[in-house]
Amino acid sequence: MSLSCIVLGVGLFVITQATTSGFEKFFIRTILGTNGAVRIADKMQDTMGNMFANPEASSMVFRREERKYIEGIDEPDLLIKALQPFANVAAVSQVVTGTVTAESSFKEETAKIYGINLDDHIAVSDLEHQIIRGDIATYRVSPLGIMIGRVLADRLRVDPGDSIALKTREQNRRYTIVAIYETGVADIDKDRIYTHLSEARSLLKKTTGASFLQVGLIEPNRAPADAFLMEETLNHSATSWQEREKTWLEVFRALRISSAITVSVFTLIAGLAMFNTLAMIVMEKTKDIAILRSMGYTRDDVLQIFLWQAVIVLCIGSILGCILGASGTYLVSTVPVRITGIFATETFIVASSWGHYVGAVVTAVCTVMLASIVPARRAARLEPGDVIRGTAL
Amino acid sequence: MSEAQGDVVLKCEGLHRYLGEAEGRVHVLRGVSFTARRGNVYAIVGPSGCGKSTLLYQLGLLDQPDGGEIWLDGELMSNSSDAARTAARNRHLGFVFQFHFLMLEFTALENVMMPMRKAERWSVPEMESRARKLLESVGLGDKTHRLGNHLSGGEQQRVAVARAMANEPSVILADEPTGNLDQKNSSMVFDLLTRLAKDHDQAIVLVTHNPDIADRCDLIRPMRDGQFIEQAPPSAETAE
Repeated sequence: MSLSCIVLGVGLFVITQATTSGFEKFFIRTILGTNGAVRIADKMQDTMGNMFANPEASSMVFRREERKYIEGIDEPDLLIKALQPFANVAAVSQVVTGTVTAESSFKEETAKIYGINLDDHIAVSDLEHQIIRGDIATYRVSPLGIMIGRVLADRLRVDPGDSIALKTREQNRRYTIVAIYETGVADIDKDRIYTHLSEARSLLKKTTGASFLQVGLIEPNRAPADAFLMEETLNHSATSWQEREKTWLEVFRALRISSAITVSVFTLIAGLAMFNTLAMIVMEKTKDIAILRSMGYTRDDVLQIFLWQAVIVLCIGSILGCILGASGTYLVSTVPVRITGIFATETFIVASSWGHYVGAVVTAVCTVMLASIVPARRAARLEPGDVIRGTAL
Repeated sequence: MSEAQGDVVLKCEGLHRYLGEAEGRVHVLRGVSFTARRGNVYAIVGPSGCGKSTLLYQLGLLDQPDGGEIWLDGELMSNSSDAARTAARNRHLGFVFQFHFLMLEFTALENVMMPMRKAERWSVPEMESRARKLLESVGLGDKTHRLGNHLSGGEQQRVAVARAMANEPSVILADEPTGNLDQKNSSMVFDLLTRLAKDHDQAIVLVTHNPDIADRCDLIRPMRDGQFIEQAPPSAETAE
């Protein structure tokens, strides 16, 4: 009973951690692969800043009460140059965006064009690996080639090789679809069209400047600190991926807590089972305990016997639990499940980590040893005379 | 039956013991004094509930007295710590109980080796060799690797005798050692116990209801109401 509970506790701990963190990591990878780690956008203008003395702390406090933003970036090249001293910055891509109407032979859809320098953008995203139809190499050599999202392509009923018209209020130009990409993020796949930067500038009549800079970081987890520094030094709004995706990250955090509660219940059951089993053994073995004590075995010896018993069950349970966790994780990863919206996947996403196994075993060790101490101490406290008298008379 | 000869190994004076709580509290031992000498076999007899077994557990340091003193090999043990009493049990005492109390999941050999493992006086091969010899001496040389639950009652009690002898104790305390055996096995176990004890110059204190067994002891100490009473002729005393 206690062994099977430990096996289940450890196994389920590993599986739930692998699945929860799997989806979260995949989501983060998707986010970093589409919108980058940091986005630098509108220029910031301080309209009112005040400075006052804090009498309690005897220090000067600066407070920005209000900020005014001027849309877009006037000097993207200067900003890119200013980003060079940031050690964590891996690459920067300037993007010019604007709203257009995409018109195929069948349908019209509102879309957003993203004018990019392909190589720069590949360096800050996974665009190269998100192509599901067509060829990115063709895009490179086609000035009038565009790449559109899968959902938008489906809605317009177009394929690579087809042409569509992109219309603004003042212009109407025809482009050839050379590739269709899928990020898995529905909001992107349904309206984003990548064009060459020069073509976007021409179509949107934005000859200078950029809508935003997409920044790739060497260590994406440091994005909030880097974004803060960038904002302070570049005087432009800088948003980290953690801030942008706060809502979804909160959802994943809630899921993690939920799975931790589930796992805790199993671990608690394992602990109770261990307690129950050892308490039963102590009751059954009072006679043996008394005999051992009569032979000269100390209370510590008896305590150790029961704790060793718990350790042996714990070791076997942990090993079997880890095997169950590993095979369960593998089986779960093969379960077909089509998910799109925040990312795209055909199967369950799992992320195995040694940390999960260590965490599961440490949790089991703590629970089982805590549950074992009470019955083991009870066994050690038994007076041999009382036991033998009770049995013999 | 003459007064016993030999060195005193176990002695108690004015032992008192109460059992139970509040109204149910019973004065089981009322100032009992007793002396055991090496090479002698003592029988404590008396009706059920007279305090024989309680006295035996007091002498075996399995229980603490409410009053009086106990000396084991010249060392005062009645007020000693649990650790000291535990160590003394391992070094000086061997126990045989009515219900043999073997560890049934272990073999006869392992059962006999258990007190030796705690004593750490011998290496493992030496312990094995000693355990084999002891089992041979109780006629179980061919069953050393039998699990406890694969032995008959008589065989289990003989293993318990061998186990009691394992650490060469000064005193062997036996609580109804033949109480759970038939006539033939009773006789065999008693003979074994006394022969081995005499060979090793050990004192044996046994509690028994069996008059035949009591009659074959060197000294009979009858008890009643928590006290030793004047010694009567063996046949009259044990006929109760």
